[in-house]
Amino acid sequence: MTTDALSGGTEDGWRRISTRVPRLRLVQLLVLAVPPFAALALGLGVAGALPAALVVAVLTAGLAGMTYRFLLARYRAWGYHEREDDLLVRRGCLIRRVSVVPYGRMQFVDVVAGPFERSFGLATVRLHTAAAATDARIPGLDQAEATRLRDRLAALGEARAAGL
Amino acid sequence: MSPPATDGWVRLHPLSPVLRGGRLVIPAVLVTAQATARGGSTGVRLAVFTALVTFGAVAAIVSWLVTRWRVDGGTLRIETGLVRRDSRQIPLSRLQAVDIVRPLLGRVLGLSELRLRLAGSHHGDARLAYLAEGSAEILRARLLALAHGLAEETPAPAELPLFHLPAPRLLASTALSALGLTGAALVVVAVTVVTISPPAAGAFLAPVVGLWVTAWRRLNSEFDFAVAEAPDGLRLRAGLLETRAETIPYGRVQAVRISEPLVWRAAGWCRVEVDVAGQGQVRRGDQEGRRVTRALMPVGSRDQALGLVSRVMPWPLPASTRPPRRARLKSPLRYHFLAAGFDGRAAITQSGRVCRATDVVPLAKVQSIRWVQGPLQRRLRLATLHLDTAGRNVHAVLRDRDAAEADWMMRQLTDLCRAARRR
Repeated sequence: MTTDALSGGTEDGWRRISTRVPRLRLVQLLVLAVPPFAALALGLGVAGALPAALVVAVLTAGLAGMTYRFLLARYRAWGYHEREDDLLVRRGCLIRRVSVVPYGRMQFVDVVAGPFERSFGLATVRLHTAAAATDARIPGLDQAEATRLRDRLAALGEARAAGL
Repeated sequence: MSPPATDGWVRLHPLSPVLRGGRLVIPAVLVTAQATARGGSTGVRLAVFTALVTFGAVAAIVSWLVTRWRVDGGTLRIETGLVRRDSRQIPLSRLQAVDIVRPLLGRVLGLSELRLRLAGSHHGDARLAYLAEGSAEILRARLLALAHGLAEETPAPAELPLFHLPAPRLLASTALSALGLTGAALVVVAVTVVTISPPAAGAFLAPVVGLWVTAWRRLNSEFDFAVAEAPDGLRLRAGLLETRAETIPYGRVQAVRISEPLVWRAAGWCRVEVDVAGQGQVRRGDQEGRRVTRALMPVGSRDQALGLVSRVMPWPLPASTRPPRRARLKSPLRYHFLAAGFDGRAAITQSGRVCRATDVVPLAKVQSIRWVQGPLQRRLRLATLHLDTAGRNVHAVLRDRDAAEADWMMRQLTDLCRAARRR
């Protein structure tokens, strides 16, 4: 693949999301996805089906490891680039996407933080244009960075607003 | 004329409650007639019927009494509601289209409804139902003049007819459309099955009625279709029983689609639709709202289509190029017509196998650009570019381009869109 600014390279100006995101994803994985399988393994163990319990436990560990590796790859793919007239957002490792959102087209900017993100001091910035298909969002930003980005985008959007 | 109220506030036409209530009378009569036919105490049923109609009439009259509107500088204000007061302010600079709708009963009484389409409105269209026919047209001219930033008293400009749809062609094209062909197939199947076992006829009642209703709705909404050009916008007129006159102000068109279904291609016909900004979700129960794009030409020749498109987008269409041959592996069917191109003003894309669709998007209307590459595309060194617009469902997709070319196109389009926006 090419390594230029648009299709997701390593050129200057690209910013990454917070380095705490891998830990956030690990916690989400362990809290949200693993417990039912762990409970199943434990239940089988208590019931006396020890081989089955071991198989379930090994499978769960393996799947969780693979999912975590996938989440890590996704984390590495995220990036954004504030250019003079537009914001670039790149994401995805299986399906790769790069969005270009001109500042003048932004209708409003959201900052959202779910309970997990909040406990890590992170937030998601979401951009909205008049087009429903625009899907520019940046998760896992430090709350200070998220606020800075929101204020900057809002100011730039106001300065360059273009009519429909 | 509408009776004037205080301080420039105007009420709707006094016959509006008749028209609103009138819609209730027919179902009420039907229900009562059916109930009476089954027998039972006629007196009680009549009392219920009277109560229903009276309630409907009172509700319609109260609704008329509490509804008023006024034009206030650059905004239209509509106040309505007895218990929950609802006051809407409509900034006319954001007006996307104006429709005048005349239901059958309205035509008899000389009333029409004015509908205003707005961008980003979650409440659906703003309506003034009903106004006297003449005053609806005067008000439309006034609102459009304000929307264009002209003086309020600017008279409605003269118009130039561009296209008229002859009834035989509408009928022929409907018969040859997916709808008509499904209907024909259904009739063949029904006749065969009924010949073999007559009692099965009942099973075909529902689909036949459904098809007939759809076909009727289409004929009713596209009958006598005419497009005219006026300095304040494109005028679209159509209708058999209920007539609609729509006006799309210039510069509000987000995208144009020319579609050519398989059977129509043999006859050299195509359909032109324009996409206007608006929210995707529309109030439920609004028949017209479900039509997400509006036809600019229900059916016509390709030359007529290109003529109309050149009126909406007054510049030559850009040339398009084909994606590389290896794209056939990713889009085996679609590859047949796949092409895309752009210049400084617009992007054009072509796709489809059974129904060929050509989309044109002015670069000045592009909201965001997306570059997408799936796993298969990555193996084939392909990528797809999306140009998103505020339209409801048409947006340009430059599909399966060579990856390096897609990168180049993305950079080009980013700059061209910026320039087009500032022009």
